[in-house]
Amino acid sequence: MEKHLKVSAIKNGTVLDHIPAEQLFNVIDILRLYTIDKQVTFGTNLESKLLGKKAIIKISDKWFKDDEINKIALIAPQAKINIIKDFEVVEKKVITIPETIRGIVKCMNPMCVTNHQPVTTIFTTIAVEPEIQLLCHYCEKITDNKNLKIISNY
Amino acid sequence: MPKSLISIHDFSKDEMLHILDMAAKFEANPFQTILKGKVVACIFFEPSTRTRLSFETAANRLGARIIGFSDADNTSVSKGETLKDTIKMVSNYADLIIMRHPLEGSARYASEVSGVPVINAGDGANQHPSQTLLDLYSIFKTQGRLSDLSINMVGDLKYGRTVHSLLQAMSHFSPLFTFTAPDELMMPQEYKKYLLSKGISYRETKELTEYLNDTDILYMTRVQQERFLDPIEYERVKNVYSLNASMLDGCRSNMRILHPLPRVNEISTDVDSSEHAYYFEQARNGVFTRMAIIAYLLGKEI
Ligand SMILES: [Zn+2]
Repeated sequence: MEKHLKVSAIKNGTVLDHIPAEQLFNVIDILRLYTIDKQVTFGTNLESKLLGKKAIIKISDKWFKDDEINKIALIAPQAKINIIKDFEVVEKKVITIPETIRGIVKCMNPMCVTNHQPVTTIFTTIAVEPEIQLLCHYCEKITDNKNLKIISNY
Repeated sequence: MPKSLISIHDFSKDEMLHILDMAAKFEANPFQTILKGKVVACIFFEPSTRTRLSFETAANRLGARIIGFSDADNTSVSKGETLKDTIKMVSNYADLIIMRHPLEGSARYASEVSGVPVINAGDGANQHPSQTLLDLYSIFKTQGRLSDLSINMVGDLKYGRTVHSLLQAMSHFSPLFTFTAPDELMMPQEYKKYLLSKGISYRETKELTEYLNDTDILYMTRVQQERFLDPIEYERVKNVYSLNASMLDGCRSNMRILHPLPRVNEISTDVDSSEHAYYFEQARNGVFTRMAIIAYLLGKEI
């Protein structure tokens, strides 16, 4: 248990912990947290043995479907998802990178049609270890970890 | 979504063999106007005279009418129309679309918004599957089989899309591959891994003459200057990978030389009269193969 909670506890909802600090706003973006009308609190640049600096997000009265929450696996693979009921953690979820990824990621190939026409990107995850490799459904080129850019919803 | 031909992966081994079978029938009798009354759209967003003429000849021989454009300059595309809108419009008029476009993945996207079959006649550096099928047809015609052949690929194996597609297509037929290329243009790791995963062996060399004598198909490609940072290195490589008639003395009698054309100086003109030269017939085979692809996608059997 954290002795002094940097971000106050919620009664019911979802806690996303161990998000790399620099990915906080990408996670908010991918999960479209700016569109929900529930209480959202977050802290960032918190100390973490695992990540150096981490971020945490707590969302009251909101539960995500697995395929929804798995979308953040691309940028926060070590994130821990805790489901809270009555201030207690009732379930811990492990996130996994989805097999098919629609939208979210930009194709790294500058000549790809998705970078020039209004086309939603589609990728197949072909490797997770030692690094993420995504195969573009359109140009058939691979976008890897080093070149992974998130498409903003804004 | 109707069946399209965008990438060589879109056709199974059986479908490829079926296309070759149909191509042979069209070659035996090219006057089969089985597509009378059909309209084929040839839309070329960048010019490629060679490919367009081959496809248009194929469609003409089948009795279809052809509409389209040969570059995007004077069309609504140059006025900023999206690819989707252009394809939607054209698929209202035509029974089949043959498309060439500089953007990679554009053909796949077109096939998803089109109501009619699409043939990819080249999407940037990505795919050009009709070239691969005509290569297969040429290999089959000259060797009498596709299986267990020694295929020697020469030149730009790094960027050359025709060699990558051919490699994938031939992988169905347990070949032995030889990759002959300079350091700068070697076959990328991902394709070698692919072969290993399928249990197919390959060998690599920098010397054009090293494995020439146990090769069935010598697949030559163009070495392009723009691939080299150093112009001196380009000159060196260009001269090393130039085939001439004197090099052919010890090679197998069934060995045939293929080249997707146009050639620059990879093959000296003194090779043209050799019994091993096959690159001009290869281009002619393209028309029969494309007749087969068009007919097949429109559900016509012969
Ligand atoms: Zn792409």
